[in-house]
This record gives sequence, structure tokens and C-alpha cells, in this order.
Amino acid sequence: MTAQTGPTTSPDSTPPPAELYAASPTHVAVHMAAQDAVAATFGEALLEVQTFRGETTLVVARERIREILTLLREHAETRLDRLSDLTAVDYLDLGQEPRFAVVYHLMSRTNYARLRLRAPLAEDDLWIDSVVGLFPSANWPEREVFDLFGIEFRGHPNLTRILMPEDWDGHPLRKEYPIGAEEVEFSFNHEVVDAERTQTTREREERYSPHRPVNNF
Amino acid sequence: MAIAPPRRDTAANGTQVILSGDTMTINMGPQHPSTHGVLRLVLDLEGETVTRCEPVIGYLHTGFEKTFETKTYLQGVVLTDRMDYLAPLSNNLGYALVTEKLLGIEAPPRATVIRVLLAELTRINNHLVWLGTQALDLGAMSAFFYCFREREVLLDLFEMMSGARLMTSFIRPGGLMADLPDGWIERAEAFLREFPAHILEYESLLTENEIFKERTIGVGVLSPAEAQALDLTGPSLRACGIPWDLRKIAPYCGYETYDFAVPTLTGGDVYDRYRIRMAEMRESTKIALQAIERLPTGPVMTADRKIAIPPRAELATSMEALIHHFKLVSEGFKPPVGEVYTCIESPKGEIGFYMISDGTGKPYRCHVRAPSFINLQSLPPMSVGGMVADLVAIIGSIDPVLGEVDR
Repeated sequence: MTAQTGPTTSPDSTPPPAELYAASPTHVAVHMAAQDAVAATFGEALLEVQTFRGETTLVVARERIREILTLLREHAETRLDRLSDLTAVDYLDLGQEPRFAVVYHLMSRTNYARLRLRAPLAEDDLWIDSVVGLFPSANWPEREVFDLFGIEFRGHPNLTRILMPEDWDGHPLRKEYPIGAEEVEFSFNHEVVDAERTQTTREREERYSPHRPVNNF
Repeated sequence: MAIAPPRRDTAANGTQVILSGDTMTINMGPQHPSTHGVLRLVLDLEGETVTRCEPVIGYLHTGFEKTFETKTYLQGVVLTDRMDYLAPLSNNLGYALVTEKLLGIEAPPRATVIRVLLAELTRINNHLVWLGTQALDLGAMSAFFYCFREREVLLDLFEMMSGARLMTSFIRPGGLMADLPDGWIERAEAFLREFPAHILEYESLLTENEIFKERTIGVGVLSPAEAQALDLTGPSLRACGIPWDLRKIAPYCGYETYDFAVPTLTGGDVYDRYRIRMAEMRESTKIALQAIERLPTGPVMTADRKIAIPPRAELATSMEALIHHFKLVSEGFKPPVGEVYTCIESPKGEIGFYMISDGTGKPYRCHVRAPSFINLQSLPPMSVGGMVADLVAIIGSIDPVLGEVDR
């Protein structure tokens, strides 16, 4: 039996043409200006500069984050005056140290350039200054990062959980937080599932169950 | 209910008013017909005036960002449908573009033009649902029926091409799920040709309607400075007088080659947010018709077999196609290590995807910059000082979809 071979039109993955996602010259100029300004003003607070697909990332020390964001906002050649996004990353599975990083996506309202800032945070010293004073739009994103990663934003006006319930244990977007940890209970397995519950889960259910009697007379 | 001491205040005409001193804290939602989903608001009221408004969210938190990390890049497409379920094709497009940027590829020209066409049809679809529900919230019931009549045509078109009315998953990394079926373009074009007449119908119901104007003009005003500080995007920002549209300032999918305007108004109130969306539907119709006119022939999926699933017919004859199919379905394609952020102008504002690849078949991290989430932060400054009855109009005017707020 001979294998029927079809058309062999399967080009292997070729590296992309360099110009496909290249940044425009004006944006490259902004990236360079931002890099130079941070390096000139803060020296070793600029840890690294990464470029990928036309996007530039400045890795900076978390102690100076507010000053760096202020500088990039005020600097005449960068004018990065809009914080379009704020989030965090947990590098546990990549084995990177420090484990966490807070990521800021900046954009300019005048020259439309974008720039990414990343501030690494060690697991045992998990805090960074809040930037709500600089960018009021960072309020909810910082609460979200606090909720889902457990990173403290010092100086935030109302640092509470935003998506998860207030009494929740753990931070779901951390890499060690399992998916589907709680087995779904059916009539055929509820005894097994019940027995496997941890003590904390049971305690929490007793405290917060909607079915508990409202008045304990 | 907390009792505060009585205090004096100055009314608009200069007279001194002694307020009752009773501040009532009430809870609006999460199960409330006018909060557009499970949005809960904790309100402090003095009489009928809102003195504090605190949105409480998370009732629809489903952990999409965590789930992305356990799915291959192709499987992730279906999650994007479910975030903003009124504009699934926009979300598909944002996700497809960020994955393509990671891969370093570009969709074929025909796929790109169809993407523009579908993104604009989705914008019309989203604005129709918005208009219908907004008018319904304000007591104008007929507009709802007119809007849903046209929306039905659009949903039929989506069903015809993808098999699903809402969760289309049609725009995929590398191109499209399939080419458009026979007769689709004709039906879409017929709809687009008659749609401007329908916009006039909606406008005849609302634009000069005295009750509608009373309920919306000067309500929920936000200054341009506040809107920019809170990073409001989309139609609500353009209603504040700021011509901010990513299709113009950072074009993607060749939007720079289409002829369209970015409507802006300066009122910053609910009425102007309504008029902006009406104008946007007209512009979207123009763009969609231009896309139909220039639609090129050719493939709708990239030719790279390391990314595109091979056509079904080839699986029967080509061993190589079978292997590619197996590898793509079981492991998925593997973008190079790196991180990218891509954003598009969704009907609600800037939807951005921040994706990190660690070189495996699943994203290491996928964060969504959801426009509804950021825009909802503007609700307190819009509503504090206004009447509690106006709050319903203001919530609707931001156009939040709670599936996207909570993700």
C-alpha cells in the first residue's frame, strides 16, 4: 500500500520581514528619547531596554517608578501623558527572578507613540508606589492587580479587592494558583468531594453561606 | 441608613436651603433591569440627589485571563467572544491581531478587508443594542423594536457566515475561519444600502423628542479634562469634544485607506453620547460599503501551514497535511518568545491585548485592557450631584458590558 502524497505546498515558517511590525521613525525617536531621558536622570534605575516587534520596553527599578512616569509625561520629546493599561505578570513558571513585575503601557496624546515600562518585584518584598495621583485612571487597574496578584500599591486611596469576593483566600492570577481546584459536586460524588474539602473552605462556607439562618435566636 | 447632622446649602438661585440631614445609603443592583448586567451601585442619596456613587463589580468574574493561559492560541479565540458579547467580532479581531504580531505574520488582503467589513457591522450591531436599551431605560419602548429589527438582519448575516449568531469566533489568528458564503455579500450590501433610512427612523423617534431631550441634555456631563484623566475612550470621549479614534491615530487593517470621519461633539452629556453613536453608525455604513467595493479575491487564511489548519479536503490525500493538522490541533502553533500589546477601536473604546509568549503553544499571560472596565470608572464623576433617576440614563450612556468589565 503506497501512501498517497498530496501537493507538497507547505512552506516552512520563515522569519517575518523586518519591516512588517517595525515602529515608525517618529515613534522610534520617542523610544530613544525616553530611554535617554530615564538613563540620564535616574542612571542605574534603568535596568534594561528590550525591543520586540517594534515595541520598546524599559525595565526600571520600582523605587523610582513615580518619578520616571512623571519625567516621561513632562519631557518635551516623549510626552507620554496617557496610561492606557496597567497590569502585572508572575514569572514563576519561567523561573525568573525577581518573580513578579508590574507593567505600564504608556501612550502619548500628541505623537501617539507607545512605550512599555516594567518594574520587577521580588516575592518577599511585594510593593510598589501607586500612580493614582499621576494617572487617576490607574485606580481600578491597581485594585485589580492587588486582587489577582497580591501586589501592594502604596498610597492607593482604596486598595481593596475588586473582582473577587472580599473574603477570598489567595490571588488567582498567580501561577501556583490552580485552575479547577474545587471539584464540582454531583449527587454521586458529593460525599467524596465533601470529605476532601479543606478546613478553611468549610469554615468559610459556615461563615458566609447564604443559606445560614439570618437570626440566630 | 445613617443619619448625618442637618446642614445648610446654597441653591442655584442663591437662596439658603436647609437640607433634611438624612443621607440614605441604598443599593442599586446587582439584579436591576437598568444596570445592563450584574452591576451593583452603592449610592448615598440626599433626597433624590446622588452624593456618592460607588460601583461594585466582580459578579460576572469568570477568570478569562487565567483561562487564556490554559488554552492554545486558537482555543483562546472563543473566550474573546464571551467578554463583550455585543461586539464579539471586534474582540476576535483584537485577539487575532495580537497573536499575529507575536507570530510576525499578516493576514492575506482579502481577510483584512473582510475583517474591516465585519468590525464595522459589529459596531452597528453594538450601537443598535445600545440605542434600543438606552431608549428603553428612558421609557421609549418603540425604538427598541426598530433597533432589534435591524439587529436581527445582522445576526442572520453572522449566522450565515459562521454558524453562530453571537459567539462567532470567525476572525482567527492568521485570517478567517472560512471565506464568506455565496450570496452573503449581496445580502450585506442590500442591508447597508437601506440602513441609513433606518437611522432616520430612529432619529425621528428620539432626536427631537421632548421627553428624550429633557431626560438627556445636560445630564451626566463630563469635562474633557476629567474624561482624559480617567482615560475614557470610545464614543463617550468623542462626545466630550476629543477626536480620539484609534482607526485614525494608530490605523490597523488598512483603516488609513478608507474614507470616513470621526464625529465629535462638545456637550459631553448623555444626549451627545447618543448623537455620536448615531453619527458613528453612518460612518460605519460608509466604511463597510467601501470594504465591499474593494473586496479582493484570494485566500482568507495565511499560507503558512505551521499556523493555518489545512483544508479538510487535503487531509484525505496528503500525509503532510494530516501531520500538520494533528500538531496544530493538539499542540497549537508556537510563537517566538516575546511580549506585545495591540489595541483596536472597539465599539466601546480601546480594547487592548497584552500577550506574553514563552515559546510554547499556550500564551504565558494574556491581559485584556477592557474598555468597559476603564470607562466605568467615569460613572461616579458623571452621576454625583445629579438625580437618582438620571443615573439610569448615565449608566446606559457609558455602554458597559459586564462580561467585559469583570472578564
